[in-house]
Amino acid sequence: MPRPGKPEPRSLLEDQPVIASDRIPARDRSKPVTEADIWALLDEVKDPEVPAVSVVELGMVRRIAEEDGEWVVDVTPTYSGCPATEMIEDSIKEALQLAGIRNGRIRRVLTPAWTTDWITEAGRRKLQEFGIAPPVGSSSKLTLKGVDEAIACPHCGSTHTERVSEFGSTACKALYRCLDCREPFDYFKCI
Amino acid sequence: MSKAMTQQEALQEYLLRLADSDMILGQRLCELCGKAPALEEEMALMNVALDLVGQARNWYEYAAELIDDGRSADDLAFRRDAHDYRNALMVEQPNGDYAVTMGRQFFFDAWHYFTLASLVKAPDERIASIAAKAAKEVQYHLRRSSEWVKRFGDGTEESHQRMQTAVDDLWRFTGEMIEADDVEQTLFKAGIGPNPEQLAADWKGLVNEVLTEATLTPPPEDAWMYRGAKVGHHTEHLGYILAEMQFLQRAYPDAKTW
Repeated sequence: MPRPGKPEPRSLLEDQPVIASDRIPARDRSKPVTEADIWALLDEVKDPEVPAVSVVELGMVRRIAEEDGEWVVDVTPTYSGCPATEMIEDSIKEALQLAGIRNGRIRRVLTPAWTTDWITEAGRRKLQEFGIAPPVGSSSKLTLKGVDEAIACPHCGSTHTERVSEFGSTACKALYRCLDCREPFDYFKCI
Repeated sequence: MSKAMTQQEALQEYLLRLADSDMILGQRLCELCGKAPALEEEMALMNVALDLVGQARNWYEYAAELIDDGRSADDLAFRRDAHDYRNALMVEQPNGDYAVTMGRQFFFDAWHYFTLASLVKAPDERIASIAAKAAKEVQYHLRRSSEWVKRFGDGTEESHQRMQTAVDDLWRFTGEMIEADDVEQTLFKAGIGPNPEQLAADWKGLVNEVLTEATLTPPPEDAWMYRGAKVGHHTEHLGYILAEMQFLQRAYPDAKTW
C-alpha cells in the first residue's frame, strides 16, 4: 500500500546521468545489432509528457525489424493531435544514433489505432508510482454513455474519488480528485 | 458541382470537408485559451481542440496526396480562402456564452461521432485508420459536450434559458450537416461514406434524447435551415477566423527567413 501524500520528488542527479550520452545503456559494439538490443534501447526513451514510462511500456513501439539492411521501428502515436509525437520520434532516432545504429528508420503506423490496453504491466505500475492512476478496464468495453469504473487514488489507494474534468493536463488524461486524501490526480484515460 | 463527378473528386472534396470542419472548430476553441470560464474547462477545451487539429492534419495529408498538385497539408490549411473552405457552418459560429460553445460542440460531436463510426468501416484503409483513431477521441468529446448540455438544460432557471436559446439559435446550422449532397451520395454508393439516411436518423435520435433529458425543447425539424458551406458559401464569421489563422503564412510565406 503506498503511503498517502505525493511521491517524493526524485533527484535527477541520483539516478539519471546529466550527460545525454551517458544515459544510453552501453552496447557491445563489436557484436552485430539484434532486435533485442533495440528493444532494450528504446525502453530507455521516455514520453516527455509522462516521463515515468518508456515508449515501449506505453505500447507505442509496435514492431522492430530489419528490412533491406535498415532497422525499421514501427511507432503508433497515442492521440491524433499529440504534440509529443514528433519529439518522441526524434528521441528514438537520437537513441539509435547514440548507440551507433545508423541505418535506423521510423515508420508511423496508424492501424490498428493505439489503445491503452497496450500499456505493459510495468508501465501501469510506474504510472501509479508516478502519481498517475493507470487506465482501468478494457477499451473495447467503452460505451458512449457507459459509467466509468471506480478509479483508485494513486496516492492513498481509495476508490472514493470523483472526476473533475474529462480532460486533464494532457489529452490522454482526465482530472480526478480523491475524496479521502483530498489530493487531485491525473487518470490515464482508457481509450 | 458537375454531374460527371468522379469518385476520386468526391473523395477529395469530402476529405476537405472533414479536415476543414476539424480545423475551424479547433481554431475556434483555441480562442478560449486564457479566458475559459474555469481552469478545468480550459484544459478540456484545449485538449479537444488539439485532437481536432491533429485529426485535421491527418485528413489534410491524405487530401494533399490525392489532389497531388504540389500543395502540402499546410498549403491546404493556410493558403485557401473562405470560398475554398468546406467546413460546416456550425463550427465557424462564434463561441458566444458557454451554452453556445457547448451547444455547438454537442451538435457537431454527435455528427462527428456517427460519421467516424461509419468511416471506420470504409474499404479505403487510410480513411479507416484515421477514423479509427479519431473515433476514440471524439467519443470523449461527445460524452463531455452532452453532459454539459444536460447540466445547463436541467440546471438553474438561468442556465436552462441560456441553453434553450443556444439550441434555438444554432439549430438553423444543423440541417446541412445531416443532409447529403452529390458528394456524399457518390461516396455512399461507392461504399466509402456513411449512409446519409442512417446518419441523419442516428444524429436526430441522439440529439432528441439528450435535449429531452436536458429538459430542453427540440426545435421543429422543418425549421428553415442555412446551407451553402459545402460549396463554399459561408457565414461572415469564417473570413475573420481565417484572417487570424492564416496571418503569419500570408505575411511571411513559408517563414523561410527568420
